[in-house]
Amino acid sequence: MRTTTVVIGAGHAGLAMSQCLSERSIDHVVLERGEVANSWKTERWDSLRLLTPNWQSRLPGHTYEGDEPDGFRSMPETIDFIERYAEVISAPVQSHTRVTSVRRNGEGYKIETDQGNWHCRTVVIATGACNVPSVPAVAEALPAAIEQVTPDRYRNPGQLEEGGVLVVGASATGTQIAHEVHRSGRPVTLAVGEHIRAPRVYRGRDIKWWMDAAGVLDQRYDEVDDIVRARNVPSLQLAGSPERRMVDLNSLTGMGVKLIGRMAHVHNGKAQFSGSLPNQCMLSDLKMNRLLDSIDEWATESGLDDKVEPPHRFEPTEVEASPPLEMDLSNGAIRTVIWATGFRPDYSWLEVPVLDHKGCIRHDGGAAVSPGMYLIGMPFLRRRKSSLIDGAGDDARDLSCHLASYLNWSSAAALS
Amino acid sequence: MATTTDQVDNGVNVEALLGAREALTDQPEGAKFQWRATCKWIYGTQSQSTIKGFYGLGSEQEHKTEFTFDADHPEIFASEDKGATPVEMVLAGLASCLTAGVASVAQRREIQLKSVSATLEAGMDIQGILGIDSDVRNGFDGIKVTYHIDADATPDEIKAIVAQSQKRSAVYDVVTNPTNVTVEVA
Repeated sequence: MRTTTVVIGAGHAGLAMSQCLSERSIDHVVLERGEVANSWKTERWDSLRLLTPNWQSRLPGHTYEGDEPDGFRSMPETIDFIERYAEVISAPVQSHTRVTSVRRNGEGYKIETDQGNWHCRTVVIATGACNVPSVPAVAEALPAAIEQVTPDRYRNPGQLEEGGVLVVGASATGTQIAHEVHRSGRPVTLAVGEHIRAPRVYRGRDIKWWMDAAGVLDQRYDEVDDIVRARNVPSLQLAGSPERRMVDLNSLTGMGVKLIGRMAHVHNGKAQFSGSLPNQCMLSDLKMNRLLDSIDEWATESGLDDKVEPPHRFEPTEVEASPPLEMDLSNGAIRTVIWATGFRPDYSWLEVPVLDHKGCIRHDGGAAVSPGMYLIGMPFLRRRKSSLIDGAGDDARDLSCHLASYLNWSSAAALS
Repeated sequence: MATTTDQVDNGVNVEALLGAREALTDQPEGAKFQWRATCKWIYGTQSQSTIKGFYGLGSEQEHKTEFTFDADHPEIFASEDKGATPVEMVLAGLASCLTAGVASVAQRREIQLKSVSATLEAGMDIQGILGIDSDVRNGFDGIKVTYHIDADATPDEIKAIVAQSQKRSAVYDVVTNPTNVTVEVA
C-alpha cells in the first residue's frame, strides 16, 4: 500500500497532525495499534482526570463548548472527547494495526505492520512519551514478597493488598496515587526525589490559566536556556480533582503520609534512601516561588491586579528534622511498591538510526534528523505546552508546514 | 543585580565548563574520571595521604603539584593530634565542594559574590566507634551546613544558588547516598 504520509498513533497528537495534513490535502493514513485513544483506555487509573481544565484541550478544528470550562475530564470523558474528535475530522484511522518496523526505503520509508506494509515519503511518529514505565534497577533487588506495581497497571487502591505502600516518585502520578492509596487505609510512605510543586489555584485562577495567559506555555524550544534540561523536568505536582485540591507534599503529610528521600539502593531486604530530601523540597519551593513571581509581575503589567485576588505565598514544604534513611522491606510493614518513576518511549520497531545514546529520537523541534521523519506529542518538542493536548495543535500546524515544504522540495529535487 | 557576564567575576570560567559539557555529551567516554589517593601510616593514629594523579578525558592526568594531608586524632583520644580527624576532612571536602558549586552557579547566573563562608557541624555518638553500643552507627547522625553569603542578589536567589550547588555536588552525593566500598589487601 502507498500513501504520502503515515502517522503512527491515533492519540490526540496523531489526530491533530491528521487534521493539519487533511487541511493541506496531503494523502495519509493514521495507524493505531489498538483503538483511538488507546493508552487512555488501557493504561490509566480509574480516578484519574486530566490535569488541564476543559477549556484548555483545544485541537485544530475543535474548541470546548460545554458548560464546565474549568472542570477536569475524567478518563471516560477524555476517551469520548478524543474519539469524537477523530470522527469530526474524519481521520483516516486504521485501528488494530501494530507497526512492527519502520525503515528507510529510497527517498521514503517502508512501514511494516501486522496488517500489511506501507510505503510512504514521510512518517510522523505520534506514539507518545509514555510507552514503557521507567523502573529503576533497584527494583530487581526488592524482596520477592513485595508486590510491585507500575502506574500503567494501577487501577485503584482495591487491587493492592492491605498494609503499607511505598510510592516511589512524587510528581503528578506519585502524589495522586499516594493520596488515594493512603486514604484507602493503606499507610503510604512517599520517596521524594526531584519534583515540581505547583498550586492548582493561585489568586483565584487555575495555574494553567496563568501559565497560558502569561505565555509561559508558549515559550519555544529555541528560546530556552537548556532545552535538554527543559525536556526532562518532571511533571508539575497537580491533580485534576473537582474540588481543585492542591496535592503538594504538605497536604500529603497533613493526612499522615510519611516522606522519605529518593530511593537509592536495596541491600539484604533493606531499602536505603538519600539524605537529600530537604534540598529537593527547597529546590521545589524556590522554583514554585519563581513561577509565582513571574505570574505576579505579568498580572501587574497586564493591569489585572484589581481583577484577581492579591498575591500570596504558600508555606514552605515541611520536612521532619531527620527523615529515616533506611527501611526494612522484609518485615511485612510494606506490602506494595508503586513505581511512579516516569515513563519512556518505546522505539524498538524503529530501524532508522536516529536515536541518541539515551534512546531518544534526535530532532530539531520535531523534525527528526532523518529527512521526512517527524515527531509529535513529546515534552517541550517545540513549546513548553507540547506534551499537553493543548500543545498538539500549534506543533501539528508548524510540523505539517515543514512536512509540506519537504514534499515540495524533494519532488522538485527528483525532477531536476 | 549585574546584567552582563563581563561585569560579574567570581573567577569561574563558565564558558570552559559549558564547552566541556557540550563536548562530553557527544563523547561520554571522556567523562569517565577516576580519583585517587594514597595513604601511608606514620605512627599511632597518624597517617599521611598523598594526592597527585587522576584519570579523565581519556588519559592519565596530574595535579600541578603533589598535595599531602596529615590526619590524626585529638589528644582526648589519647592521640598526638598531628593532623585533622578524618571525619573533619570529610566535612572539609563537603564544604569545599559545595562552595566551588556556589561560585560556579553564581557565575552562570551572573551574580557577583562578595563573600561566601560556610560553617559545618556534624554530630556523632562515639559509642558506635568505641563498640559500646552496636545500635549506634559509627558515622555522623547528620550534617548541618550554614552559609553566610554576601552577593548582588535577593535572598531567594542566594538560596537558589546554594540549593543548585547541592544538586550538582559530588561530595554531597557521596555523603547523602550509599556507595559500594570494597577494601582489599593486596
